[in-house]
Amino acid sequence: MRKSKLGLDFEKVGYAKNIAKKIADDVQGFVENYTTVAVERTLCRLLGIDGVDENEVPLPNVVVDSLKENGVLSQGVIFHIGNAMVETGLKPQQIAEQVVEGKLNIATLPIHPKEKIDAVIMPIVNESLDRIKTRKARRDNYLATIGEGSMPYLYVIVATGNIYEDVVQAQAAARQGADIIAVIRTTGQSLLDYVPFGATTEGFGGTVATQENFRIMRKALDEVGEEVGRYIRLCNYCSGLCMPEIAVMGAFEGLDVMLNDALYGILFRDINMKRTLIDQYFSRIINGYAGVIINTGEDNYLTTADAFEEAHTVLASDFINEQLALIAAIPSEQMGLGHAFEMDPEMQNGFLYELAQAQMTREIFPDAPLKYMPPTKFKTGNVFRGHIQDALFNQIAIWTGQGLQLLGMLTEAIHTPFMSDRYLAIENAKYIFNNMKNIGDEVEYKEGGIIRQRAQEVLGKTVELLEVLQEEGLFSALEKGKFADIKRPKNGGKGLAGVVERGANYSNPFIELMKNRK
Amino acid sequence: MSEGLYSMEARDFDTTQDLKKTKPYGDTMNDGKTQVSFTLPVPVGNEAIEAAKQLMKKMGFDNPQVVFYKELTKGFTFFNCYGNCVHTVDFTSIHVPKVEATTWDMDKTDEYVKENIGRKLIIVGASTGTDAHTVGIDAIMNMKGYAGHFGLERYAGFEAYNLGSQVPNDEFIAKAIELKADALLVSQTVTQKDVHIQNLVELVEMLEAEGLRSKVILCCGGPRVNHELAKELGYDAGFGMNTYADDVASFVVQEYVRRNK
Repeated sequence: MRKSKLGLDFEKVGYAKNIAKKIADDVQGFVENYTTVAVERTLCRLLGIDGVDENEVPLPNVVVDSLKENGVLSQGVIFHIGNAMVETGLKPQQIAEQVVEGKLNIATLPIHPKEKIDAVIMPIVNESLDRIKTRKARRDNYLATIGEGSMPYLYVIVATGNIYEDVVQAQAAARQGADIIAVIRTTGQSLLDYVPFGATTEGFGGTVATQENFRIMRKALDEVGEEVGRYIRLCNYCSGLCMPEIAVMGAFEGLDVMLNDALYGILFRDINMKRTLIDQYFSRIINGYAGVIINTGEDNYLTTADAFEEAHTVLASDFINEQLALIAAIPSEQMGLGHAFEMDPEMQNGFLYELAQAQMTREIFPDAPLKYMPPTKFKTGNVFRGHIQDALFNQIAIWTGQGLQLLGMLTEAIHTPFMSDRYLAIENAKYIFNNMKNIGDEVEYKEGGIIRQRAQEVLGKTVELLEVLQEEGLFSALEKGKFADIKRPKNGGKGLAGVVERGANYSNPFIELMKNRK
Repeated sequence: MSEGLYSMEARDFDTTQDLKKTKPYGDTMNDGKTQVSFTLPVPVGNEAIEAAKQLMKKMGFDNPQVVFYKELTKGFTFFNCYGNCVHTVDFTSIHVPKVEATTWDMDKTDEYVKENIGRKLIIVGASTGTDAHTVGIDAIMNMKGYAGHFGLERYAGFEAYNLGSQVPNDEFIAKAIELKADALLVSQTVTQKDVHIQNLVELVEMLEAEGLRSKVILCCGGPRVNHELAKELGYDAGFGMNTYADDVASFVVQEYVRRNK
């Protein structure tokens, strides 16, 4: 039996996990009957379809849009491309090119028997799985040979808009001690229903996520990783309207960490909940298979809702995200469940409450590399206090054994980080992580004290909320604004038109093969 | 504490304050002491330090001191410097346009609405364009508010609609028409490559094209927004750092009454 430093009742935790599982199963019951344009475009990419047409429209979009226009998307890309392969003897990429040129309409070809389709599709499916496995083996080999930094991993962002400038910043950060580099996406990319193509040098507030940009940054991090003798992880974002497509690009190009959270998209990007929960399922299967650590976005709730009063909504969402990840066969070791240090610095004993919540999250998800997010909401432009806020945040991280430490920047709320801001942030974290390394082993929390009471109170409120959510169902709870004080209608938001019920011929062999790690 | 241990410099300057010749203050009037930090794209070394000092001189600092330096990565050196600023400004001749309203607390504003307007004012706010940040508009509008200042949703005198983030300007206007908005609030957080300016200007132009501009009180806000910029872009008011819901609320009600009296 595990022992809690907070006096948490693990039977209560088990009960909460059980309710969260029921909530997740209920969502899954819906998800399994549907597909989306993004899922089908992902299958195109898994079949090797890539590139853009003369108008810069990605070929996967051309293929999927043509099926949609012909009203046959419900049968899926695997069926239609497979059928076209049997009919024409061409490869998927050649078929896509013929669709672009208007030479071929794959929706109206004679239908061939399933056995023949399987016979041509399965070798390509296996080739695609091998490609991802080879990428994963490359990471495993680096970890076994040059090794990695210790947890909490130092996680910093680059966001110049120009991938080549990002490389300079990222390599500098790695040399200073960063373990994870996240390339922030350009503003608004989450709402694009396609993934742009090629290397890019223009972006607003970030850099466009493209497969080529992933490749450029991966190469740069491998170079600097060999130089510093430490594997450097690369992070990007699956969230948005292209969750599974970006997941598969990340799988092909060796990304290590990916933001992956439908709830975040629903609440903060107003993406339709049906659409994104279907997309999330397949994207998480891909992330899980590729050995990618997912990051969930609970920390964002606290940028709108109060960090003290709404702490239980963060924990409730972590419980649900854990179960949704398990359904997609993501092991605990790849679950970067999110939470944040966002209490008002003016609050008396705020540090104790933050400590209680971080320790609580650690004990409830003992094997997950928790993603701990820095203060942002109460960063004011006073860079001197900002640096201290980040120091308190770092102290809690080393104390409670957080996994992925997204470093706070003293210039948060002013600009995207300068090279020197990142240096100061890394210096801050390294100083504290070294100077306070074993504090968590040394210090216990007073029975009946503020810290223990706070953790038990949050867990208690979380259980109550989960019970309500189970009663309501997740969709309805989101409609009523149970998370982050934001209400989202079931049939509102962006992307609902891209949801299609699966037809009789529909198949997606990747789901079972990836979940069973074939 | 013996001050002499720390400051060995002779004071060869006049230490009486003259607002016409205002300069930075360290610990003595007119010492001009300033801290500056920056990174130069050069490798670490004596040449780098000398480069930083020469740059400080060109920036207008006497006695430049490099107190800390560190090569961040090959070819980039970070400096912390101090110097005595030689420049002065005439504080007495400065005029900064300010939002012309007295800031009241929520109760006073609500009472004013009740007495002088007699109905709730309808306020529609959003973070518009591609901007995904809701932190600004939430701080102003959400019930809870920010830093102890209640948000507009809590005011009895307002019907407040927060449309959230990434609202395209045309949708924002459509919603304003539908709700019969009296005032529109636009929040802009992302300012890279002046995307906020383009977006703010586009909204004004679209409102003018619809013939709505003069019918609404139009305000913008954000960390890089100020009143002067807002006026320049055709807004009625701009709210920058360290302004809160009560500043916005007071302006809106006073401006409404001013226009309709």
